[in-house]
Amino acid sequence: MPRVIRPSLDARLAAGDAAKLLPDPARRLFLRGTLSLGALSLLTGCELADGASVEKALRAVSRFNDGVQAWLFDPNRLAPTYPESAIARPFRFNGYYDEEDAPEIDAADYRLEVGGLVVDKRPWTLERLQALPQETQITRLVCVEGWSLIGKWSGAPLREFLARIGADLRAKYVFFRCADRYFSSIDMATALHPQTQLTLKFDGETLPRSFGFPLRIRIPTKLGFKNPKYVVEVAVTNEYLGGYWENQGYNWFSGL
Amino acid sequence: MAGTTTDVAPAPSAPAIHPLWVRVTHWINALATAVMIGSGWEIYNASPLFPFAFPKAVTIGGWLAGGLLWHFAAMWLLVVNGLVYVVLGLATGRFRRKLLPIRPREVFFDLRAAFAGRLAYDDLAVYNAVQKALYAGVILAGIVIMASGLAIWKPVQLQALAALFGGYEAARIVHFLAMAAIAAFVVVHIVMAFVVPKSLRAIIIGR
Repeated sequence: MPRVIRPSLDARLAAGDAAKLLPDPARRLFLRGTLSLGALSLLTGCELADGASVEKALRAVSRFNDGVQAWLFDPNRLAPTYPESAIARPFRFNGYYDEEDAPEIDAADYRLEVGGLVVDKRPWTLERLQALPQETQITRLVCVEGWSLIGKWSGAPLREFLARIGADLRAKYVFFRCADRYFSSIDMATALHPQTQLTLKFDGETLPRSFGFPLRIRIPTKLGFKNPKYVVEVAVTNEYLGGYWENQGYNWFSGL
Repeated sequence: MAGTTTDVAPAPSAPAIHPLWVRVTHWINALATAVMIGSGWEIYNASPLFPFAFPKAVTIGGWLAGGLLWHFAAMWLLVVNGLVYVVLGLATGRFRRKLLPIRPREVFFDLRAAFAGRLAYDDLAVYNAVQKALYAGVILAGIVIMASGLAIWKPVQLQALAALFGGYEAARIVHFLAMAAIAAFVVVHIVMAFVVPKSLRAIIIGR
């Protein structure tokens, strides 16, 4: 059986961190405001329902929306690219913790683990990743919060990497595990998109610690939270493993 | 002002002021719009475009993920119901009969009359020029809010649509302004329902 590091333990730990950020009574109960009861009975078909079953119904619609977005996704459509002059400087740090708490990873010790449905599971050093063909993109990062910034990212196309490790390209998902206990997973179609990148550089320089040193996954066809930083494992799998924010309610596909 | 209910009670055989499909789509739309606006305000608060946020008490969802879940669920209700409404409005000729023509001069005079308290609301089946302009305007705002919403949701897959609004960030502003227009319409609409109570009855029971 192929080895995939399960995120369950990490998810529990990470959820503790996120809980600090969320308004406590609102965390599980999504319905707030005066209109909720009417909306609730309509959406669930129940006269009276508790918060948990409403959330369940809403998450079912979100899973349906994953399917709609997968159908809308054109594997050949490129995200718009921009000139150098459009790049936002300084760029914005974003995370569920303060910037100074970002992981510090030693380049010499770093290894990218490879798991799941692949032929070659040898871990990758940073040097080997740097030796892959590199590409540069100037694209818009759109945050789930609504704001967006144009930045410049350089690295190897993920599909090139997947080919080198002999990944089963018919598998459903590619899973990413990060040094900060963050994790996420994407659909294989997006993993194979030409602009989906194993990013090593930001704005022409080695990826700074704030933006994911040593390795980030840059996906200009997905919202920012689906662009994990400090990535330490890539796994190919048919198992739905969700993600750090996805498990708390953000839409899983989150395609742009 | 409107008369009492007794002196306007129509004969049972008279055609309904609002056919059943108008009444049903109206109330579904009212619910979907309320959820879309409330959850939209929650989403707005995560990264406000302007130097203000909406009070927590009037937002739906509790936090960003909840707001998004509500928004992208009520979206389907709004779209399906809106499509039924627009298709039937065009197919039955109701839009053409009720909303056209809209003459700016008439809108101006009816608006002045309304503020002077001289505008009559005797026949609810015939819209005055202000009503025509507002109802046509809010349908237009509905189309703009849906198109700009799609552009924000899918700025890559639907990049031509996003470009039509001037790009992702510009589409966010258009989406907000369309919301503001619809919210302003809703306020006037509800005030008028209280000013002319028989209009509220007509949109519930048809007469």
